[in-house]
Amino acid sequence: MYKRTFLALGLASLPGVVQPATAGQSELEQTRTEMREMRQAYETRIEALENRIEELEARQETPAAETAAPAETPAPTAEPAQGTAPTAANAFNPAISQILEGTYTHAPDGTRLLPGFFSAGEIGPEKRGFSLAESELALSASIDPYLYGTAAIALEPGGEVAVEEAYFQTLGLGHGFTVKGGRFFTAIGYLNEIHQHAWDFFDAPIAYQALLGTEAAGNHGEDGVQLRWVAPTDTFLELGAELGRGKDFTSNDRNKNGIGAAGLFAHVGGDIGASHSYRAGLSWLGAWPKDRGSAAVDLDNVEVLNLFEGDSYVYAADFVWKWAPNGDPSYRNFKLQGELLWRDEHGMLTYDAEGASGGANRSGYSSDQLGGYLQAVYQFQPRWRAGLRGEWLHSAHLDLGDNAETLPDADHDPSKYSVMLDYNPSEFSRFRWQFAYQELTDNESDQQVILQYVHSLGSHGAHQF
Amino acid sequence: MKRSVVSLIAFAIALLAEPALAAMKVFACEPEWAALAEALGGDRIEAYTATTALQNPHRIQARPSLIAKVRSADLLICTGAELEVGWLPILLRQSGNTGIQPYTPGYLEAALLVPRLEMPTVLDRAAGDVHPQGNPHIQTDPRNIARVAVALAERLAQLDPDHAAEYRARHQDFSARWQAAIARWEKQAAPLKGITVVAQHKYWVYLFQWLGLREVATLESKPGIEPSVSHLETVLTTLQKDPAKLIIRTAYNDARPSEYLAEKAKIPAVMLPGTVGGTEQARDLFSLFDDTIHRLLAAAASS
Repeated sequence: MYKRTFLALGLASLPGVVQPATAGQSELEQTRTEMREMRQAYETRIEALENRIEELEARQETPAAETAAPAETPAPTAEPAQGTAPTAANAFNPAISQILEGTYTHAPDGTRLLPGFFSAGEIGPEKRGFSLAESELALSASIDPYLYGTAAIALEPGGEVAVEEAYFQTLGLGHGFTVKGGRFFTAIGYLNEIHQHAWDFFDAPIAYQALLGTEAAGNHGEDGVQLRWVAPTDTFLELGAELGRGKDFTSNDRNKNGIGAAGLFAHVGGDIGASHSYRAGLSWLGAWPKDRGSAAVDLDNVEVLNLFEGDSYVYAADFVWKWAPNGDPSYRNFKLQGELLWRDEHGMLTYDAEGASGGANRSGYSSDQLGGYLQAVYQFQPRWRAGLRGEWLHSAHLDLGDNAETLPDADHDPSKYSVMLDYNPSEFSRFRWQFAYQELTDNESDQQVILQYVHSLGSHGAHQF
Repeated sequence: MKRSVVSLIAFAIALLAEPALAAMKVFACEPEWAALAEALGGDRIEAYTATTALQNPHRIQARPSLIAKVRSADLLICTGAELEVGWLPILLRQSGNTGIQPYTPGYLEAALLVPRLEMPTVLDRAAGDVHPQGNPHIQTDPRNIARVAVALAERLAQLDPDHAAEYRARHQDFSARWQAAIARWEKQAAPLKGITVVAQHKYWVYLFQWLGLREVATLESKPGIEPSVSHLETVLTTLQKDPAKLIIRTAYNDARPSEYLAEKAKIPAVMLPGTVGGTEQARDLFSLFDDTIHRLLAAAASS
C-alpha cells in the first residue's frame, strides 16, 4: 500500500518542478487534471496486479492443479478466468469456425434435366473428379443483450464468395417469440434449415433439387424476416411465418417493392421415454415469380430457356425420429427421417424465350408435382455410421397448353437410391463414402460414387436437432 | 356454428396458456443440479433435468422437448465450462425466454463458482476435446456442491423474494447436514487415500483431489476419444511400471474397455454413479456420495 502512496507523492511533486512560473490558472488546472488521470491509471493497474497475485496464490493452494497454467505462460485465452463470465461459445468473441469439405465424384457425363419438371438447373452432381466443396466460414456472437448475430460465408472452390446466411436474431422479446432478420435458410421442410456439411448424405434429395430448385449441395434461402413462436406447453409446439424478397427459385430475384415470397410453418416435437425423440412439421412456401427461368430439353432435343409467371406454392410435411439407448447417442443411435414436398403452380409459360429452337411461344401452364424421400442412418459404433436413402418424384398433373407440342411431358417418375458409410474420428471430423443409383429419365439410369470429407475447425458449434 | 368455433379456439388457447403455477420452474442441465434445486427449494420449485446419469451431457442433442422446457423455465442451472456447448446455446436462442439468458438472474453456471482443475494452457484440438475453462465434472467433489448451493439458494431467493427467508432457512439446514456428511465421508474414505487408479475418462479429477486418490492412466488416450485397443495396451504397459488398484468408470461409459483392462491387469473395475440416478442407490445428493464411497471401499477391499 505505501508503494502506491510513494508513487502518488512522486507524481505530485513533478508538476511543481516543470511548471513555468508564468503559467496561467487554466494551465495549472489542466496539469492537475492530467495528474489526477495519471494517478487513477496507476491505481487501476496496481489494483489489477494485486488481484492477479491473489489469484495466483489461490491457485497454488490447489495442489492437483499442476496442469493449470504456470503464471508466466500466456495462455491464448488470456486470463484463465476463474471469474464470473458465463461460458460463451468460445473464449473468443465472436465464435469462429471453418468447415473444410472436399469430394471425389465418379459419375457418367450428361445433362440431367428432368422432363416435365421445371427447376433452377440440372440435378447434381455438379463436378466430377476431385473437387473442393464449399468452405464455410461461420462467425457468431451476441450483438448486445437483445440480439444475436451470425454469418455463414461460403468460399466457393472457384473463388467466388457467397453469403449463405447472415442474420440477427432477437433474444429479448420473451413470451416465446423470436424474430430473425437478414439472410437465412427458409423454414420449409426439415433438411433445408440444416447446413449442408451437417447432412447425412452429400447431396440434397432430388425432390429438393427439382421442386425447390436448390443446388445439389445447397439450401433454399431467403432475404427477409422470420417470426417464430414457441408455445408454453410441455410438448414442443412452434409456429412461424416468413416474408422475403424471393431470392431463390421457386420465386425469382428481381427489383421490386413488396415481397416476392412468403412462408408458414408449424413444428411439434417431444420425447417418448428416455430413448426416443421426434419432430414433425408442416410448412408452406408461396412465391409469385415473373419471368422465372428454367432450362429444359424440348422435343427436338434442343436445350431451351422457358420463363414462368404466376403462382407457385410448395407444401411440405416432414418428420424425424431419433433413437438412442437411454437417450445417449455416443455409442449407438438411429435416425429415421422423411419428407414429402408437393408443388402446385399455375400461370403462363413462355417456351424458348431465347429462340434457340422453335421460337418463343406463351401459353397457359399448371402443374401438381410431388416428391419425397425416406432415409435411415444408424451409428453402430462410436465412429461409424451407415445410411440408406430412397427418393421419388411424381407428376400428378401437368398442363402445358399448346407448349405441349414442343415440350416433353413428365410421364416418367424419377427415382434414386443411395447408400452411405461414414467414419468419424472425432466429433469434428468425418470421411464418407456414398453410392447412388438413379433413374431420372425414361431410358437412362446412372450410378455415382462420391467420396467426401467434412471437417470443422475452430469453435465447437451447436447443432440443431 | 360460429360460437362453437370461438369456444373451441378459446379452449385451445386455455390449454396452451396453462395456468400460472405457484411453483418456480427450474431447468437443470444435469441431475445433480436438479437434486440440489429440490433440496433447496422443496415444493416451492419444480425441477426438470435435461440429462440423466446414463447420458453423456456433452453428447446429447438440442431436442425439441428441451426447447419447450427452457421456454417455460424461471431458472436455468447448468455446469457450464463448455460441457453443454453442443446443445444449450440452441435451447437458449430458440426458447424465446428472456428470463434465463446469460447475465440474467435466471441463468446460473455452476462451474464458475468453484476452483477448476486442468485449465489448459494451450487450446489445441490435437489434445482431444479439451475445455478452455477447465475440467467440467465439478460435481464429483461434494465441497463444490456446497459452493454451488450458496449461489443457488441466493438465486432462488432473488427470483422468488416472497419466500426468500424460506430458501435461506432450507439452505442453512442443507448446509449443516452437508458439512456433517462431508466429514463423515472423509472419515469413511480415509483408507482410500493414496491408492492408485485408472479412470476411463477424465471425469473424476475433483473426486480424486478430494479423497487423495492418484490417477495413473486414463482409458481414453485423449479426452473425448473412445478407448482403442492399442491405447489399452499402452495402459497395460504403464500399469506394469505403476500398478493401479482400481479401474473407474461412470454410469454412462461403455463397460467393455474397463472390463477388458480389468481382466488383463487383474484388478477390479468399478462403476460409480457419477451423478444422481447413476445407480439404484444414488437417489439424491447424500446417497450419491454414500454409494460412491461404498463402492470405492468395496472394490479396494476386493483387490
